[in-house]
Amino acid sequence: MDHTNTAPELMNSGAEALLRALKAQGVDVIFGYPGGAVLPIYDAIFQQNEIRHILVRHEQAAVHAAEGYARSTGKVGCVLVTSGPGATNAVTGLVDALMDSIPLVCLCGQVPTHLIGNDAFQEADTTGITRPATKHNYLVKQSGDLVRVVHEAFLVARTGRPGPVLIDLPKDILIAPAPYEEPAAQPVHRSYRPQTAPDPRRIAEAVALLKRAERPVIYAGGGVINAGPEASRLLTEFTRLTGFPITNTLMGLGAFPASDPLFLGMLGMHGTYEANLAMHGCDVMLNLGARFDDRVTGRLNAFSPNSKKIHADIDPANVNKTVQVDVAIIGDALATLKALIAAWKQDSTKTDKAALANWWAQIDVWRSKNSLRFTQPRDKGSIIKPQYAIERLYQATRGRETYITTEVGQHQMWAAQHFKFEKPNRWMTSGGLGTMGYGLPAAMGVQVAHPDALVIDIAGEASILMNIQEMGTLAQYRLPVKIFILNNQYMGMVRQWQELLHGSRYSQSYSEALPDFVKLAESFHGVGLRAESVDDLDRVIAEMIAIDKPVIADICVDQKENVFPMIPSGAAHNEMLLGPEHKDEGPAVTNEGMALV
Amino acid sequence: MSETNLRSATISVLVENESGVLARVIGLFSGRGYNIDNLTVAPVERDGSKSRITVVTRGTAMVIEQIKAQLDRLVPVYKVLDLSEGPHLARELALIKVLGTGEKRAEALRLADAFRARVIDATTESFTFELTGATDKLDAFLELMRPLGLAEVSRTGVAAIARGTTTIS
Repeated sequence: MDHTNTAPELMNSGAEALLRALKAQGVDVIFGYPGGAVLPIYDAIFQQNEIRHILVRHEQAAVHAAEGYARSTGKVGCVLVTSGPGATNAVTGLVDALMDSIPLVCLCGQVPTHLIGNDAFQEADTTGITRPATKHNYLVKQSGDLVRVVHEAFLVARTGRPGPVLIDLPKDILIAPAPYEEPAAQPVHRSYRPQTAPDPRRIAEAVALLKRAERPVIYAGGGVINAGPEASRLLTEFTRLTGFPITNTLMGLGAFPASDPLFLGMLGMHGTYEANLAMHGCDVMLNLGARFDDRVTGRLNAFSPNSKKIHADIDPANVNKTVQVDVAIIGDALATLKALIAAWKQDSTKTDKAALANWWAQIDVWRSKNSLRFTQPRDKGSIIKPQYAIERLYQATRGRETYITTEVGQHQMWAAQHFKFEKPNRWMTSGGLGTMGYGLPAAMGVQVAHPDALVIDIAGEASILMNIQEMGTLAQYRLPVKIFILNNQYMGMVRQWQELLHGSRYSQSYSEALPDFVKLAESFHGVGLRAESVDDLDRVIAEMIAIDKPVIADICVDQKENVFPMIPSGAAHNEMLLGPEHKDEGPAVTNEGMALV
Repeated sequence: MSETNLRSATISVLVENESGVLARVIGLFSGRGYNIDNLTVAPVERDGSKSRITVVTRGTAMVIEQIKAQLDRLVPVYKVLDLSEGPHLARELALIKVLGTGEKRAEALRLADAFRARVIDATTESFTFELTGATDKLDAFLELMRPLGLAEVSRTGVAAIARGTTTIS
């Protein structure tokens, strides 16, 4: 309808029309797994060379791989799974992409239209199951709709607040001839029109507040990364123009260079002391592309109590959802930053230099607490501190084209704290959903997109087992992904919460009978390395980087180490625990706090 | 949130008339824990391409704003209009079956007349009334029918529209 602009041309099969539409949408790789309902698509893939197919070992991994591909390239990731279990296995990945606003199109086989609703073999109500798991989904019931739906799906996935879109494709639609039309140059949707241009009046209000701020802070999130590398460049330009302190969310790491003195580090539950206290004490807060997530705000009624809040977001539903703001700017982060920079330069008001200097002096006091500190014993045979392992990994990879993915848990937080990102799209982690098993398949997708880059999955020994089968995919496609396991033999984050909140009763958080990760790597045609003490660490890291094959580096780390600093559940930003020595003097966790996750 | 801060809102949503669109709207309410007090849906365009969903919901001002924003971001949604922000008309239709004989039956008919309910079916032991009006009028009539042999009710839910020249499109 509104998505195409040429006269239709009849293709031999729906599958052929589908592939042609994918090519027109710039798809060069699909992550997928075959099955009965999608055989016609696999047959069409077999007969062409433009689109590469990466055969994963589990459909969840196909979606995470497409996420890694999308997040490291800025393009829409593409997934292909079969009906029934293929679709249900993909659901975790779809929700992950939905929570983190990752653009994906998931093509899914379905039983033929005449069998839908008959409980046919490998039938599932896929559009029903994935309705709340996607930004939008489609069931194609007529061949004439197929190509229009594909073009529309890509438009919906990549525009506005990006997200996953699923297309359910009955087998008869894939077999029957289908008309093909090129996508329109300027596609216009009937009902879907996301607002991307910010309202200039709101921009002016924001700049007026910022110019007069005495204790400002910029808080930037994944929306800036999603808006493309230029948005991150403009964020850096704007922040330097203002001289204001800036903090990034977990999703926003890399949007502002970590080495810049204006950078306060990550904020939130395991953010730095200076970032969280700046948020608590500021008088003007500028939120760019972040959503006041509960990991960031801590206790809501104590969140940044004395500030005027400006919130710029592409999604109007994110504004005033949990935190009431004073100025709401709806728009794309790139357009918003352009407008902010122009308005800042145009407004001749001088910032209050003396007040800002006082604010920075206060921040420096907080910084001097050095809240990410840890002590690595250096005696021979000393056990490795996990933070030290990340720091050494970071030092060893500086100056290289490095991409980091993670699983979920303590290792993820240590990676976020101790690995420093200078550029966007280099850091892929499951933020919103917190999906264990994300990192290995995501790294696979990154490596497919960047064959010559160094791609490292910083993992825990529990998370990695959730998608370990993808070692097979790494071997098949010679993807030299490095898996850097911080092995403490515990589900560390679960254990940490049990220690702090449940009287150190470590219920089910210790992994008995872990595999020998060295042998495991070898059995999957990779290389396994192990560091048992601090003496081995640098050598293992250097070897891992040098080997042009998939590598598992099993780093045996201190089992008892916890992630600090920490805002306990239900506590406020100014009630942080800085380390184990403060564990007993922090705020008592209330029953309300206990109920939070 | 205290109950006293809750307000009722009548929200009209103009949607693409495609398969699953009602499930999207209802799923949004159940998935995010919003209330649905009342819901109607029917095609409103001559070609059947658009439907109008009217939802009566309750929540704090912040939640009502969230509901509208969440509805508006659904792909097949053209327009979301909060009718309760201004003067509007809301009507509902009910079919009401009352069983009884003698004085009770006669009293039911007298009250129906007072409420301008129409008799659309009758036997010697029953009346079926058709009544149109605002929700509270229907509620009041049903309350009166209860002791008089109220046996069954079918209600359409609320159709609503803004007063004056304001339109949804």
